[in-house]
Amino acid sequence: MTATPGREQVSRVLQQHGALMVLAALVIVGSVAFDSFATAGNAASVLVSSSFTAIIAVGMTFVIISGGIDLSVGSLFVFGGVLAAYGSQYGLFVALALPLAACGLVGLLQGLLIARTGMAPFIVTLAGLLGVRGLMLAISNEGATTYLVKDSAFARLGQGGVLGLTWPVYITALLAVAAMVLLQRTAFGQNVYAVGGNEQGAALMGVPVARTKVYVYLMSGLLAGLAGVLNAARLSSGVTILGIGLELDVIAAVVIGGTLLTGGAGGITGTIAGVLLLGVIQSLINQVGNLTSAFQQVVSGLFLALVVVAQRLLGRAQRLG
Amino acid sequence: MAEAVAPPGRRVLAWAQEYGVYAAVGVLLLFNVLFTPHFLDVANFRTQLVQVAPIVIVSLGMALVIGTQGIDLSVGSVMSLAAALVALYLGYGAWPALLVALVGGAVAGTAGGALVAYVGVQPIVATLALLVGVRGLANVLVPQLVEFRNPDLIALGSSSLSGVPVIVVIAAVLTLLMAFLVRRTTFGRQVVAIGGNRAASELSGLPVRRVLLLVYVISGVLAALAGVLATARLQASDPTSLGLFIELSAITAVVVGGTPLSGGRIRVLSTVMGALLMQLLSATLIKHNLPQSWTQIVQAVIILAAVYATRERGTR
Amino acid sequence: MSQSAAPVLEARQISKRFPGVVALDGVSLALLPGEVHALVGENGAGKSTLIKVFTGVHRPDGGELIYNGAPAAFGTPLDAQRAGISTIYQEVNLVPMMSVARNLMLGREPRGRLGVIDTARMYGEAERILAGYGVVTDVRRPLRALGMGVQQMVALARAVAIDARVVIMDEPTSSLEPREVETLFSVIRKLRDDGIAVVYVSHRLDELYEVCDRVTVLRDGRVAHTGPLAELERLKLIALMLGRDLDEVRTGGLTRFSRDRRRARERDGARPVVQAEGLTRRQVLHGVDVSVWPGEVVGLGGLLGAGRSETAKGIVGALPLDAGRVLVAGLPLRTGSTTAAIRAGVSLLPEDRKAEGIIPALSVRENIALAALPSLSRAGVVSDAKIDKVVEVFMRRLRIKAASPHQPVQELSGGNQQKVLLARWLAIRPKILLLDEPTRGIDVGAKAEVQALVDELAEEGLGVLLISSDLEELVEGADRILVLREGAVVGELSGDDVTEDKIMASIAERGAESDG
Repeated sequence: MTATPGREQVSRVLQQHGALMVLAALVIVGSVAFDSFATAGNAASVLVSSSFTAIIAVGMTFVIISGGIDLSVGSLFVFGGVLAAYGSQYGLFVALALPLAACGLVGLLQGLLIARTGMAPFIVTLAGLLGVRGLMLAISNEGATTYLVKDSAFARLGQGGVLGLTWPVYITALLAVAAMVLLQRTAFGQNVYAVGGNEQGAALMGVPVARTKVYVYLMSGLLAGLAGVLNAARLSSGVTILGIGLELDVIAAVVIGGTLLTGGAGGITGTIAGVLLLGVIQSLINQVGNLTSAFQQVVSGLFLALVVVAQRLLGRAQRLG
Repeated sequence: MAEAVAPPGRRVLAWAQEYGVYAAVGVLLLFNVLFTPHFLDVANFRTQLVQVAPIVIVSLGMALVIGTQGIDLSVGSVMSLAAALVALYLGYGAWPALLVALVGGAVAGTAGGALVAYVGVQPIVATLALLVGVRGLANVLVPQLVEFRNPDLIALGSSSLSGVPVIVVIAAVLTLLMAFLVRRTTFGRQVVAIGGNRAASELSGLPVRRVLLLVYVISGVLAALAGVLATARLQASDPTSLGLFIELSAITAVVVGGTPLSGGRIRVLSTVMGALLMQLLSATLIKHNLPQSWTQIVQAVIILAAVYATRERGTR
Repeated sequence: MSQSAAPVLEARQISKRFPGVVALDGVSLALLPGEVHALVGENGAGKSTLIKVFTGVHRPDGGELIYNGAPAAFGTPLDAQRAGISTIYQEVNLVPMMSVARNLMLGREPRGRLGVIDTARMYGEAERILAGYGVVTDVRRPLRALGMGVQQMVALARAVAIDARVVIMDEPTSSLEPREVETLFSVIRKLRDDGIAVVYVSHRLDELYEVCDRVTVLRDGRVAHTGPLAELERLKLIALMLGRDLDEVRTGGLTRFSRDRRRARERDGARPVVQAEGLTRRQVLHGVDVSVWPGEVVGLGGLLGAGRSETAKGIVGALPLDAGRVLVAGLPLRTGSTTAAIRAGVSLLPEDRKAEGIIPALSVRENIALAALPSLSRAGVVSDAKIDKVVEVFMRRLRIKAASPHQPVQELSGGNQQKVLLARWLAIRPKILLLDEPTRGIDVGAKAEVQALVDELAEEGLGVLLISSDLEELVEGADRILVLREGAVVGELSGDDVTEDKIMASIAERGAESDG
């Protein structure tokens, strides 16, 4: 079956920007339907609450494009937050460096295991999910101790801001732009696509496959930790009960954003659109009032199923022969 | 590769793959008998077995799915859906409610199976969508914890058959049924063959898609049953937290039991052993006053060790 | 032609053994700069092993590789590629979802300010390079959206752009349109003029004669011939590839097929057990008709890639067809369903035993029973007694050597694995068996047994479609032979015409201009 160029292009655009289009449509519908939706306050609250997921999702996008998956990010998010709150008693630097070093190390270890032993990313990061949660509980007296942020400069990092948006939103935006450049405009980014698209072929084309994988998991660990750090700053404490199932929300957002779970295709724009889409759905459901947040999960799940089915069909249309 | 005699190292590894989980359970039992006070109490055994029973039931379905090179992340959410359905339909009696819950599980399984078998979506994403959506649905149906007083359902959760809790009896019976299904039925052999070599199975005329669909349906029904049993034991329906993370426990049990993630082999009894091992492990750590955090760290190490032993080169 | 320079790449007495097989046995081959060197041979001749030695996938067990006048040992394909030996595989080894430009430039993207990739320049450069290969396309499109021809050209351009001195092409035209083939040839000629050595692997004789200067024929891991191609007659080339000496009159009798069986079948009133009409699949099959009568063995002749396996797969529904239909005993078969075909009594013994035949981890017993499971069970529960009986019958009849029926099939020898697969099919009592290379890679004893079995089955009234690259096996085993070339039937031989010479003559006929 030969796809005509026109059809192929349409399906490609849909795949890459479908989430963005749905997002735009939802924003319009929401603005028309609810008076309180299209307000600066509501927009800011959607952006602020989405920013933490978005940071993690950026790292996850790299992992998934490389053909892997990282289930440990939810645990790393909490772990990073607890470490940051704990470290804040020693000042701003420790509050930042300690969690990033620890989460980066976990990411590095996972990457090494995946790249060097050939164990499935799914399993390695599943062990990471459990192990890191254990570590987090171990340093927080089984979750009973909630460290409070002692450093006011650190707290301002999460709570301060300009133009009605807090710093984490700006940091997220910066990171997203940096990630876009990294992915599209550097050799590393090209290697990530190549490894995910055809690992054997990439090796033959001279791509350092193992090193690329290690970096990708290292990055994902660092970003999950950073999201945790910022969240701790926002909440002024290292809350231990967050982050359960967060990895799945993040993966869902990335996949909804058009990144293929089979690897080799996708991008940061889509991921950000996916995260915002889930945030807007949440916000809309809040507007309806009598619907619980559980309803959002139903919609997210349905949407995810719809997206993967659509991706299958679009993928078929894009392939020749 | 050459079929020469395997070097000793490889033979030890092969032995560990085959019987490691039994040996580990044995060692842990021995350790507890020697060093844990009151370990041999009947009450203790009952508690441990009752706790592990739902995980065992879910793991049985998971083993079947993993045997086809798939994975089912939706089991925990299906448990919560079952809990919600039971709470909603308990007014018609315990048995109709149970039936509705099982049908709910079958429907969820059909959705996942259809996505995998007919649309060609990767199992991990298809069931991830269900994981997110189905728990949401359960929470929409029953937003908060609902206690109930239906005597039939309570009896299901707490009564015993000649000293053995009914839940445990059900898990044991299902284990035997699953072993029978895998070893002795056309369906079971076809599942293993499809996991072992899908192309050859297709050329041999096996109904590959139908078998795959059915595998996910079975996993869904078993998860729903586990959900009902857990609910009966709690004497309350709690869709918000019931079955959280159980997919991880089930995958762990299957993997630790030595069933390869690459499919083509299903070890039913070893899977049960895998579940028992993890249960025993956390019980041992708790009894020796080691915190829960240790359990999770040790679990992580065991998963890695088990997968390293049955290492296969997969992308995911 | 060659500029009488020193060889750029030379294999000296290369040997390579795998467990149970000698893949290369003292193979020498000198590759001159600026020549297009055809490398031909049937399956198992050692072509792919030799290519893999050249490209660093395999290390030779004996002999040495001389590259640029110095001994070379490539540890990995990447080493070989960096040294200047590039391979263009049939399945293009690029990244399908990345854009054309990014594939072409991967690893040496032009940098702009801040060391960031300058995309405008990258696209411009990619366009310019591809234009040199006669390819004009939007280089921003993902590679997989383009035709195979363009993909291959991108692979070629990439190989040349990274300073290749040797380019190895493995069946490069197998998925190209005629127009694309022309472009490819002009590129190959340009490479030759630039002093690059090209190794050209193909079974399309017309193409070999059109573009190649010299030829090396491999057979059974040895060099059967090497020399200028223009001086070599077509028929002679085929004889060399198939291991037949034209001058020698064959008396045959080396196979286990009974010689007195060939006879014209009594067809009046009888219906063919299987009748395939107009099997068509883009670039693979072009309207193939095949009929097999009960008790008849029909052979499919032709070189590798002629569409023999595809014909068999099309009949059982394992290869999606664009057109054509299959009748079994006069009734139309639902296309595209192996389950329906098997239920109707058509079964295929696939060529690739490992990938498509055995379920490696399962036992001999389970492998035999697999296809027949529904009939060996009651209410979905398998009947051990029935299975044991069937397994015992076939293990005895086919003399399957295994420690026990419970031994995993992967531990058996190739011949015994093949017998297990035959047993799997016989257990469902088929009306017709399609055998794709049933004796390849199995030992002499097992081979004779399989051949005798085919005879026996035909005597019992089973229809058999036999695919074999072993001409002798084909001639002695088949009652009638259809010769395929490039996805079409180009000749039918029956009765006294079933001879090796006639098959080879039929294959050698110059392809019609309207081919493809």
